[in-house]
Amino acid sequence: MSAVSISHIYKTYGKKKEVTALTDISFEVTKGELFGIIGPDGAGKTSLFRILTTLLLADKGEATVDGFDVVKDFKSIRKRVGYMPGKFSLYPDLTVEENLNFFATIFNTSIKEKLALSCALIHKPSVLFLDEPTTGVDAVSRKEFWGMLKSLKEQGITILVSTPYMDEASMCDRVALLQKGSIMAIDTPKAIVEAFAYDLWAVKAPAMLPLLRQLHQFDKIIRAYPSGVYHHVVVPKGFSEEILKEFLVASKIEGWELHKQEPNIEDCFMSLMTE
Amino acid sequence: MTKGTVIQAEGLTKQFGDFIAVDHISFEVKKGEIFGFLGANGAGKTTAMRMLCGLSMPTSGKATVAGFDVYKENEAIKRSIGYMSQKFSLYEDLTVKENMRFYGGIYGKSDAFIKQKTAFILEHLKLEKEANLLVKSLPLGWKQKLAFSVAVFHEPEIVFLDEPTGGVDPVTRREFWSMIYEAADQGTTVFVTTHYMDEAEYCNRVSIMVDGRIEALDTTIALKKKYEADSMDEVFLKLARGAKRGE
Repeated sequence: MSAVSISHIYKTYGKKKEVTALTDISFEVTKGELFGIIGPDGAGKTSLFRILTTLLLADKGEATVDGFDVVKDFKSIRKRVGYMPGKFSLYPDLTVEENLNFFATIFNTSIKEKLALSCALIHKPSVLFLDEPTTGVDAVSRKEFWGMLKSLKEQGITILVSTPYMDEASMCDRVALLQKGSIMAIDTPKAIVEAFAYDLWAVKAPAMLPLLRQLHQFDKIIRAYPSGVYHHVVVPKGFSEEILKEFLVASKIEGWELHKQEPNIEDCFMSLMTE
Repeated sequence: MTKGTVIQAEGLTKQFGDFIAVDHISFEVKKGEIFGFLGANGAGKTTAMRMLCGLSMPTSGKATVAGFDVYKENEAIKRSIGYMSQKFSLYEDLTVKENMRFYGGIYGKSDAFIKQKTAFILEHLKLEKEANLLVKSLPLGWKQKLAFSVAVFHEPEIVFLDEPTGGVDPVTRREFWSMIYEAADQGTTVFVTTHYMDEAEYCNRVSIMVDGRIEALDTTIALKKKYEADSMDEVFLKLARGAKRGE
């Protein structure tokens, strides 16, 4: 039995259902898996988490958590899952002062403490839902947090975690790349990178901005964009290195350095986005 | 102050009771520079930025921003800078055009200036068709780019960007950085915080704050060499792991 099973989930908002949040979402999360939902703000991550934690009803489709239906068995689900929401909203049943006190406490706690809290509320949750736990968190705390998730996974807890940071995908067993309410790809991080349908080159020069402007003029490549120290250049598979070199020479770019580059999840995400 | 310096801080300090949030930081930022202001959560970045924006009075030390003193001329500072944060949003219930009109008005710009600048931005962002739409109806990526344009609408000398790209999709993140490059190319100084270490590489120089102090400040190439690291991520981890302060 899957820890989480989602089948053709749709969700819209608005009186006329004019805002689409999720379109035909289906996937399974195996017991004990660390599963990442990777996508930017507005991709539908929170809607999906709220449906799975029985806080929101889908328009269409079915989902089970730990074998329980999110609609019919919502009470059972609430007893056995942990949920760490990303963005807090005010509690209407508390007074203004109580809300202020509550949030003063929450905002003073680190993500590590919040995670501990999410686990502690339910004794050993079967599934843990963490919605953007690392957003706005620095690189050091993010690394430590992922370390904590690894040890929770070792205890057999299934974890669904969402993040807008593409580099965190590599920490997951499998990931779903979510954009505008649809899943663009779903697989292990390694398989997603291997499925990159192009060749990728990395190029740098002392003057990076003129280099990028030149690359943007080059119609034989698919696209070029900054990626850390280098600019990444996406080209059709089997594209000749000589053509790239000739272009750099002809463009009078000085001191350039070029090498073939393994794509990362962000490269894959961008390619899938623009397809 | 040396020529071409737009931000100068010397021993700038902010104390809240016993807690020294910003501890004697000294640095200079040059005109047209993209300056990355990095640090772990709680290192003191926001407090330092608030002092530089004229929003918070330092406990001690000196600083000038755009030639104005942070103690005595904070109102003049506010007029000379632009500010945008991830959370800072445009007025969702105003149209694209109304937002620009509003910010232009706040900064006391003339009708002619506002009209001309609005037309320029709409064309530049290819938002002419959306000019009269409510901001809330725009996709997130467009809002982000519009928010930047509004932050520099009054043509400030310096723009402070506090985690401007958090949560944004990777394509929009690049488009956003092209806007930063262009602004810097035209002489606007950009002071930016980010948690994306690849973005640190796009800065001319970066500083890394640890426990209220600036522990390192240089070009990314020099920092990687100094800390024998392959990436800025590694440099950051090496420095910030030594932090005593929690979040």
